Amino acid sequence: MFKERDILSILDFKRDEIEHIFEISNEMKKILAKGKSNLLEGKILATAFFEPSTRTKLSFETAMQRLGGSVIGFSEPSISSIAKGENISDTIRMLDSYADIIVIRHRLEGVAKLAAEIANSPVINGGDGTHNHPTQSIIDLYTIWNKFGKIDGLNICILGDLKYGRAAISFMHGLSLFNPKKIFLVSPQLLKIRQEVRDFLKSIGLNIYETESLEEVLNDIDVLYVTRIQKERFPDPAEYEKVKGSYRISIEMLKNAKDDLIILHPLPRIDEIDINVDYTKYAYYFKQAANGIPVRMSLLALLLGAIE
Amino acid sequence: MGLSEELVVRKIRDGTVIDHIPAGQALNVLRIMGIKGLEGNRIAIVMNVESKKLGKKDIVKIENREIAPEEINKIALIAPNATINIIRDYKVIKKEKVTLPDKIKNIVKCINPTCITNQERESIISSFKLISKNPIILLCEYCERYLLQEDIIKQFE
Repeated sequence: MFKERDILSILDFKRDEIEHIFEISNEMKKILAKGKSNLLEGKILATAFFEPSTRTKLSFETAMQRLGGSVIGFSEPSISSIAKGENISDTIRMLDSYADIIVIRHRLEGVAKLAAEIANSPVINGGDGTHNHPTQSIIDLYTIWNKFGKIDGLNICILGDLKYGRAAISFMHGLSLFNPKKIFLVSPQLLKIRQEVRDFLKSIGLNIYETESLEEVLNDIDVLYVTRIQKERFPDPAEYEKVKGSYRISIEMLKNAKDDLIILHPLPRIDEIDINVDYTKYAYYFKQAANGIPVRMSLLALLLGAIE
Repeated sequence: MGLSEELVVRKIRDGTVIDHIPAGQALNVLRIMGIKGLEGNRIAIVMNVESKKLGKKDIVKIENREIAPEEINKIALIAPNATINIIRDYKVIKKEKVTLPDKIKNIVKCINPTCITNQERESIISSFKLISKNPIILLCEYCERYLLQEDIIKQFE
């Protein structure tokens, strides 16, 4: 079912496949508790990170090593052949001949699709510009599923940059595979979701409510998904200046929140969440980041055919 | 074609008549076909004539030039209701309505500058999915951004 597939978008999966990944991720947590396994011994993961990344790159590498595999790759195009003028396609061809599976991140949208067309090995989109970050959204959904035992019926709020934030957009796509009660999209006017994303969500029949006011919705929600307003994604720096620092979650704001509210953030965080919130029961973003390892272990093992 | 239009432009012996072009798009149709007027073909353009279907429409007649199938797909992107008449010896030997395929490849460019399809150094063909016919909305299959009818028209101007 999963062997040799590419992961370009979370919409490449059906709901039952995502739930299967959740179950496998629970099993991977048991392997992690023991230390490691040799499930992917002899397999090589290539990480082609043309754009800075800490969590995605390191968690994929950790996941591969925990399963007994090894890792090659680069995280700095300036020390790869790209710096000599090699195009992306040729870099992918080369990595494809070296490795069994490739994770690619790039600032351009659609790079992962191009890589998947070129490579025979499975390609995982580790984030392409403002477009998709499918493995992050699987982690996000898994974290909610672990906490509540479900995703259906929950009120979920996504806050921040909904226009350029690939993690937020992928998360919305992921939610479309389930039946949340209501999705609250909170952003400054300049960072509202793009028309194509809105049309898609509406075509699925999701119950969406858009507003600029977090206070208006905060007390009704089960999950608050906070995103960073990413300076590097703005085509116009003046546009960024207008919206930077639009939202900041503080302990005071949470005083009337639901008792079992969880706050997620794909990280890195700058100042969207006050650090004092880290010590409250609501802070789930570090657990979410930790879930990156078992989820990515699952994906590597499934795509390489080590498990079904 | 109605009598009043026939009075404006006479029949052609051989060639192509493109009818039901949205008003104001006749010159873009010629651009799509690469016709600059220097080729020697006799060309008639009728613009802003009354149309039952469109309110106002344009018509283009090109003598001694039969339209190629790939040109029909391009014309469909700016004139989705156009009809193409191939004329031989004053008779319409073929009449067809343009149709927009579900996938449009290598005809128009994505407007997103950070879409991989706009990188000159990568050998990659643009590919769009047809989302809506009226108005035309295409979705880039690489970056999943919309390409709207006005964006398409600009590319042919």
